[in-house]
Amino acid sequence: MTEIFGIPTQALFGQLLIGLINGSFYALLSLGLAVIFGLLNIINFTHGAQYMLGAFCAYLLLNKLGVGYWWSLAAAPLIVGALGVAIERLMLKQLYKLDHLYGLLLTFGLALIIQGVFRNEYGSSGQPYPIPQELTGSRNLGFMFLPIYRAWVIVVSLVVCLGTWFVIEKTKLGAYLRAATENPQLVQAFGINVPLMITLTYGFGVALAAFAGVMAAPIYQVSPQMGSDLIIVVFAVVVIGGMGSIMGSILTGFGLGVIEGLTKVFYPEASNTVIFIIMVLVLLVRPAGLFGAQK
Amino acid sequence: MRHQKIAFVLMVAFFALAPLVLYPVFLMKVMCFALFACAFNLLIGFGGLLSFGHAMFLGTAGYATAHAAKVWGFPTELAILFGTFCSFLLGIVTGALAIRRQGIYFAMITLALAQMLFFFYLQAPFTGGEDGIQAVPRGRLFGLLDLGNIWNMYLTVALVFLGGFLLVFRIIYSPFGHVLQAIRENEPRAISLGYNTTMYKFLAYVISATLAGLAGATKAIVFQLASLTDVHWTMSGEVVLITLLGGMGTVFGPVVGALVIITMENYLAQLGAWVTVVQGAIFVLCVLTFRRGIVGEIANLIRKPL
Repeated sequence: MTEIFGIPTQALFGQLLIGLINGSFYALLSLGLAVIFGLLNIINFTHGAQYMLGAFCAYLLLNKLGVGYWWSLAAAPLIVGALGVAIERLMLKQLYKLDHLYGLLLTFGLALIIQGVFRNEYGSSGQPYPIPQELTGSRNLGFMFLPIYRAWVIVVSLVVCLGTWFVIEKTKLGAYLRAATENPQLVQAFGINVPLMITLTYGFGVALAAFAGVMAAPIYQVSPQMGSDLIIVVFAVVVIGGMGSIMGSILTGFGLGVIEGLTKVFYPEASNTVIFIIMVLVLLVRPAGLFGAQK
Repeated sequence: MRHQKIAFVLMVAFFALAPLVLYPVFLMKVMCFALFACAFNLLIGFGGLLSFGHAMFLGTAGYATAHAAKVWGFPTELAILFGTFCSFLLGIVTGALAIRRQGIYFAMITLALAQMLFFFYLQAPFTGGEDGIQAVPRGRLFGLLDLGNIWNMYLTVALVFLGGFLLVFRIIYSPFGHVLQAIRENEPRAISLGYNTTMYKFLAYVISATLAGLAGATKAIVFQLASLTDVHWTMSGEVVLITLLGGMGTVFGPVVGALVIITMENYLAQLGAWVTVVQGAIFVLCVLTFRRGIVGEIANLIRKPL
């Protein structure tokens, strides 16, 4: 068996792959957080719960209605995104004139409610979700076996992340969005419906989280807690990257996933904490984050 | 001031008479959480800084106290002092880091730091992992007072709580407290007046951390237990909830909030995960309709600060 630094290549590439998978979810979630924060100035604490809702949505569609993975991939983000729109219209909307901290507290409360309800219904144990037929199996790459579903997750996450980046940075719609982030009153004065834009942006960010949840369902078990620890890591990712830049969120997400995977190979004891340690180091050296601008 | 004196007398009378009808252990829990929330409130209510990781101070002091009392055989008062000191040090380190970012980032950083410590305590050998440190000896206070006696324990906790409460009260109405509130209201203005606002916020953070540590250290002795529950993010959320419901930025709010929330959890304990749902619902209701909190509403009604 070949080895690199005394580590079997199979183990090394295996962990790298897991790192890339985790990184995909970090990127998708921190991207959603950044988009929401940009326009709403709210840190969406419900993001983890909405990711979990996405996974449960797919699980319920499959087990109650017999709707498979591919339809869920489209339906779950729509359903959870619609729920997000309702949350924005009914609750978040009332908080824009107040201190930003209230948004954090409200979304934290919503996360507790959603997670509590699902824990009552499904307990703490995870529910299995099968990998779709078309994506089962794995391919021998010579140096490692690559499960096809995992490759799919990485590729799709990259496509969705880059697509979001393209829309926000390169299209007219994105230009409106960026302008509204800078100065909502002025954009409103030019005849653009800013409140509608805010609602849809929140819905889109939430839908991204749900989309990540559906993709995560076959990899991790579908459980009520799947989002709550993840969201704290994603917060650290956001602090490291800074929320100013879309591309920054994507790069930081994937990069930190890979670093975490490598830590599992070389020093497994620290694999839980490595992202937080990096956060501390970044705060010491570049307080505004790697891609952020200090406001 | 007169109203606050009356409220203070009422509060002391409550904690003096309540053990006649309510379980003393329950009341001691309320006092520990009230002190924890008072410490937290100093930071959010008067400094405008939302820490979402305050459990790390409660839990760290708990572990340090339990370890010192059980393994090293420290006398109780030294064990509590040691635990509080550990939280003080942790406050300095995490404060120096978190204070580098403002507002919403501050909340995320404190939450992430607390989560890092949670994983550390989960793996560290001295914490007993999932079991925690159990059967911590209560010992004798100053070698005299046997804390195994529930009334001696109650008196000690009551004195610690009242001492901490009065300290927070004193700080709020000190020149330092006034500058802190000025920073909360308008930081650029405070800077232009020549105040080193970062230093003020840092000091408030360290004081808050130390007092939260005192609460955790006392709690570990009362329940003879230090466990992961006290460092988990749900505990950080709970202290936010207590303060929000009682009234952020009021003196007595955290105490009322602790009484209400701990009572509620006692009665709803058999409902399992519904407790989380109720807590979440209180968060949402408070933020949407009841931002002053219980004491804040009363204070608004009588038009006097409480």
